[in-house]
Amino acid sequence: MAKITASVFTSHVPAIGAAMDLGKTQEDYWKPLFKGYEYSKQWMKENKPDVIFLVYNDHATAFSLEMIPTFAIGTAAEFTPADEGWGPRPVPQVIGHPDLASHIAQSVIQQDFDLTIVNRMDVDHGLTVPLSLMCGELDPKKDAWPCPVIPFAVNVVQYPVPSGKRCFMLGQAIRKAVESYDEDLNVHIWGTGGMSHQLQGARAGLINREWDNAWLDKMINDPVGCADTPHIDYVREAGSEGIELVMWLIARGAMADVNDGKVTGPLPTVKHRFYHVPASNTAVGHLILENPR
Amino acid sequence: MALDKPYKDVPGTIIFDAEQSRKGYWLNQFCMSLMKAANRERFKADERAYLDEWPMTEEQKQAVLARDLNWCMRTGGNIYFLAKIGATDGKSFQQMAGSMTGMTEEEYRNMMISGGRSAEGNRYLGEDGDAQPHRQPQGSAGKKA
Repeated sequence: MAKITASVFTSHVPAIGAAMDLGKTQEDYWKPLFKGYEYSKQWMKENKPDVIFLVYNDHATAFSLEMIPTFAIGTAAEFTPADEGWGPRPVPQVIGHPDLASHIAQSVIQQDFDLTIVNRMDVDHGLTVPLSLMCGELDPKKDAWPCPVIPFAVNVVQYPVPSGKRCFMLGQAIRKAVESYDEDLNVHIWGTGGMSHQLQGARAGLINREWDNAWLDKMINDPVGCADTPHIDYVREAGSEGIELVMWLIARGAMADVNDGKVTGPLPTVKHRFYHVPASNTAVGHLILENPR
Repeated sequence: MALDKPYKDVPGTIIFDAEQSRKGYWLNQFCMSLMKAANRERFKADERAYLDEWPMTEEQKQAVLARDLNWCMRTGGNIYFLAKIGATDGKSFQQMAGSMTGMTEEEYRNMMISGGRSAEGNRYLGEDGDAQPHRQPQGSAGKKA
């Protein structure tokens, strides 16, 4: 049986990818940020998953305004890092897991979440920056990501985005889907984006350290309550782009302590927690949670 | 019946909802076209001619030519789409975001390094935070005015 053993949460700021691609990680500005991921890179090596289910959002890259799927699952064999306008990031091709992805799509749709199935999609910084942070710099040709990745794109660009509660319920459906897959696979689920940031208007640059950390505490310890956070609270407290945090609730909802919308088991173990301001315009939050073995 | 839009009272913020998206459809699709290197070259060679290939409003074209991102947003632009213009110009997200505040690049960067903009006074229209309409533009641009 396939099993979700851990969840990883991280911001996916494009400038972090650029800093890694341009060899700037040891500059004073970036040093403290990358220090916060030293543990994580080691943890990834010691806890190498067979598949990563990576929840992220597309930033007007694969999806223009022609089509705006709320939840899109990538079922392709591979995904190419996109040219977002600065040229494609020099990172390895992303290899998918079509069998598990199709299995999850079927199971989750049968659980009443109407996913969009995507067989061709370039992936942007939302997906590749978390991989880079957790795996370090890799040569685009000679190296490979440590395992196949199933991209799961959530619309957080055009309002209304899915509610935190809907995301949290979806996480539970994804876990059921994974656990009904026969092959023994160690699966990690990642929630990415956030934390507080606003990229627009006179309020650009908003950061809310207190709110971010209170939200993190709540997501770890009271995920049901955290999932009830209304959209407008994210906008008001964490900036218009802070709403990306709803994606973290998909990964949190997929952890073993959550059943039928309630916490019924022991909370996951917090293996690592990190918070740093700023990366470009953004507050960076990062967590690693493990299910009890 | 009216839709629920609880986000209209946040200062200095335009939420990209279905209404904005309808308004900005061609503006954003134009931006999207800049993801192809060949289109970036054509745009740079003659911006006006390239814009005229798109059924955008004249105001949207003026806003793009002026590189006034706040203006672009008012006419339906979304920051993730508008970022393609910035990329074409070789600008980072930080330079783009900063340009919408009136601060210089250095002022904005320093604000971020010292912890970012506070939410205090910036949650609701009518408070007195630095993102409120009566306190624009910010930074040295505001002081000169």
